[in-house]
Amino acid sequence: MKLNGILSRKFGLLAFAVLLLVGFGFVVARSGPLAPTKVTVTRVETGSLSSSLFGIGTVEARRSYFIGPTAAGRVKAVHVDVGEQVKAGQLLAEIDPVDLDERLHSLEASYGRASSAVLAADAQRKDVLARQTIAGLNAKRYRDLGDKHFVSPSAVESKQQELTSAQAAVDASEANLQSARQEVVRLKADHDALRQQRNNLRLVAPVDGVLTSRDAEAGSTVIAGQSVLKLIEPSSLWVKVRLDQGRSRGLAEGQAASIALRSNPGMPLTGKVVRIEPVSDSVTEERITLITFDQIPSGLSIGEMAEVTVQTAANQSGLTLPNAAIKQTPEGSGVWKLRDGKPAFVAIKLGTSTLDGLVQVLEGLGAGDEIIVHSERELSEGGRVKVVEQLAGQRQ
Amino acid sequence: MISLAGRDILHSWSKFVLTGIGLGLLIGVTLTMAGVYRGMVDDAKALLNNSGADLWVVQQDTQGPYAESSSIHDDVYRSLLSLSGVARAANVTYLTMQVRLDNTDVRAMVVGFEPGQPGEPGYLIAGRHITRNHYEAVADVKTGFRLGDSIRIRRHDYRVVGLTKRMVSSGGDPMVFIPLKDAQEAQFLKDNDAILNERARTAANPTLNRPGVPGLLEAIQASQNANRNVNALLVQVSPGSQPETVANEVRRWKHLQAFTRLQMEEILVAKLIATSARQIAMFLVILAVVSAAIVAFIIYTMTLGKIREIAVLKLIGTRNRTIAGMILQQALGLGLIGFLVGKVSATVWAPFFPKYVLLEPGDAARGFVVVMLICALASTLAIRAALRVDPATAIGG
Repeated sequence: MKLNGILSRKFGLLAFAVLLLVGFGFVVARSGPLAPTKVTVTRVETGSLSSSLFGIGTVEARRSYFIGPTAAGRVKAVHVDVGEQVKAGQLLAEIDPVDLDERLHSLEASYGRASSAVLAADAQRKDVLARQTIAGLNAKRYRDLGDKHFVSPSAVESKQQELTSAQAAVDASEANLQSARQEVVRLKADHDALRQQRNNLRLVAPVDGVLTSRDAEAGSTVIAGQSVLKLIEPSSLWVKVRLDQGRSRGLAEGQAASIALRSNPGMPLTGKVVRIEPVSDSVTEERITLITFDQIPSGLSIGEMAEVTVQTAANQSGLTLPNAAIKQTPEGSGVWKLRDGKPAFVAIKLGTSTLDGLVQVLEGLGAGDEIIVHSERELSEGGRVKVVEQLAGQRQ
Repeated sequence: MISLAGRDILHSWSKFVLTGIGLGLLIGVTLTMAGVYRGMVDDAKALLNNSGADLWVVQQDTQGPYAESSSIHDDVYRSLLSLSGVARAANVTYLTMQVRLDNTDVRAMVVGFEPGQPGEPGYLIAGRHITRNHYEAVADVKTGFRLGDSIRIRRHDYRVVGLTKRMVSSGGDPMVFIPLKDAQEAQFLKDNDAILNERARTAANPTLNRPGVPGLLEAIQASQNANRNVNALLVQVSPGSQPETVANEVRRWKHLQAFTRLQMEEILVAKLIATSARQIAMFLVILAVVSAAIVAFIIYTMTLGKIREIAVLKLIGTRNRTIAGMILQQALGLGLIGFLVGKVSATVWAPFFPKYVLLEPGDAARGFVVVMLICALASTLAIRAALRVDPATAIGG
């Protein structure tokens, strides 16, 4: 009984010691420097990549019009408001003409007076013409009588002088009439010019469009070139997208794009690249690209943010690997390749990449090579690793 | 020869084992506290490791970006790249803020980095790296975010595309990595109300909103909302160059402050976390002293509890050495059990701590030696008491 008791106590103590040692051994092996690093691996495969670019941009109008006076003035009236549809040629606003109308009236009066002056000059010409005819007849008659010595030569000369005077009077009246007519033309031109100026104060729509801004109200003074109204062509809306220079390889006009508006991100719209600006932003290091909508959605607002994905190349085949496997070093990119169950760093050359995280490998790896994708800590050359299915999962 | 200690332990093994376990838990707490201290220092070092930089270039006369705020223009990296010895240089921003997921928020350090450049998370445990230059995020697994989650930073939603591990700030906050341009916006862009307010203020200023200069107000307002600053530049020097040489060049010619890895570690460990680390270290010292005292008292009282048996042993002529050996062996055994239990329990509960607890094998080894030493010292007290026992007490004297 006593012996049994001691034996069972011995067993219990031994069991406790073994348990403790096993637990300790487990702890030492599982944590600390002796523990292997858990990793997930994948094989390099030949696959197809569809590379695309992602950028954000804003909706803008391709053609927008700033409508304002060409000279400083005071706004007399604004006839339209923001959001209104206007037709080409429609009167939108007027600038106060100040004294232009009065000057127009004065010119009209001058014009009338000049027209009358033409009539007067014409009448005068007719009068002198009649005088000239009489003078001519008289002179002829006196010359004949003088030849026959019925009248003295002085009388003939006097009549001849009358004829010459009458001739000069005709010339003078001709010139007078000409001058009066020119005065009419001048005043007409002046009048037209003033009318043009008057019309210039009427701000009209250059195209069919929608008013986007009303910047001045009746009574406010605007300077030359300052806009009173802003107008856009709604059919010319497009998206100005900024794409990272570093990833803009392969971008070309005509490529298809998917546009997700901030107001409706769940329903992407289709479009295409119509212009790649030749000048890129050197400060933000972005390329500026313009994308048109295949069909402009209704209710689109200018300035709205849009996420744009441009398809640059489809179905290029090559060796692919996930970008999580790539490690960047000062010497270049590389991956941890599993060689005999130990990680070994291999330098590689990369080609195109896709938005879903696949990268094309150009050099350094062959199909079927096993590489480490995820690891729970930094790997070292030849360190101990343990391959697991996954390290952290998705939310259930 | 019969092992007296073994016999005695067998005699009251449950008491011995339970005492050992209790002692072990106490040692476990001490080891954990050491782990908390080590974890704190390691958090600071993890921050430096993760950035993958040899040099930190920050605003002149600051000790940024971790210890102080620093702000430099984001095109400075171009002039740095032209320096000899610089292999790679990349902009980076750091901002500690609350990151929202649905209705909860998580305290995180938002890092703005350029993909493929220094500052990028070095390894992932799930998902992929960022491929879009906007609105994608890689989060530390400690944030509790999972792949595919949509998290909100300021006014934009970001999709978590990758998870990483041990990417923490010096304060232990998990990191969320987002593209640099988004981070600049998140850091410097105000909320809508503030922007509207600012616009109204500018518009109300007659010198900025002059009637004769159309477009001036718009230009000023546009420039108010643009910010091209970053907190620091991470520089990797080319192989064969000395970081200190490059740092001197930067300080001298670029009029910026540059820190090498060692200097940065000094700033982080000696300045940033110094007080809290010392706090923990102080607590650790007290805990170690208390543990040692408790071990000593346990062994002493255990011996006192056996005083009658020891007197009997003396009475039957047992040598002092044998009695001393028994007590020493028991004390060391107790210490061994305590250490094993402590190490196991510390390892078991360490992962459940909200901040990182680093149990270093060196600490464990030192702990083992100290425990054994304390047990041996404590047993001398008990041995002295045992040896002074009058054998007469055995007969009830």
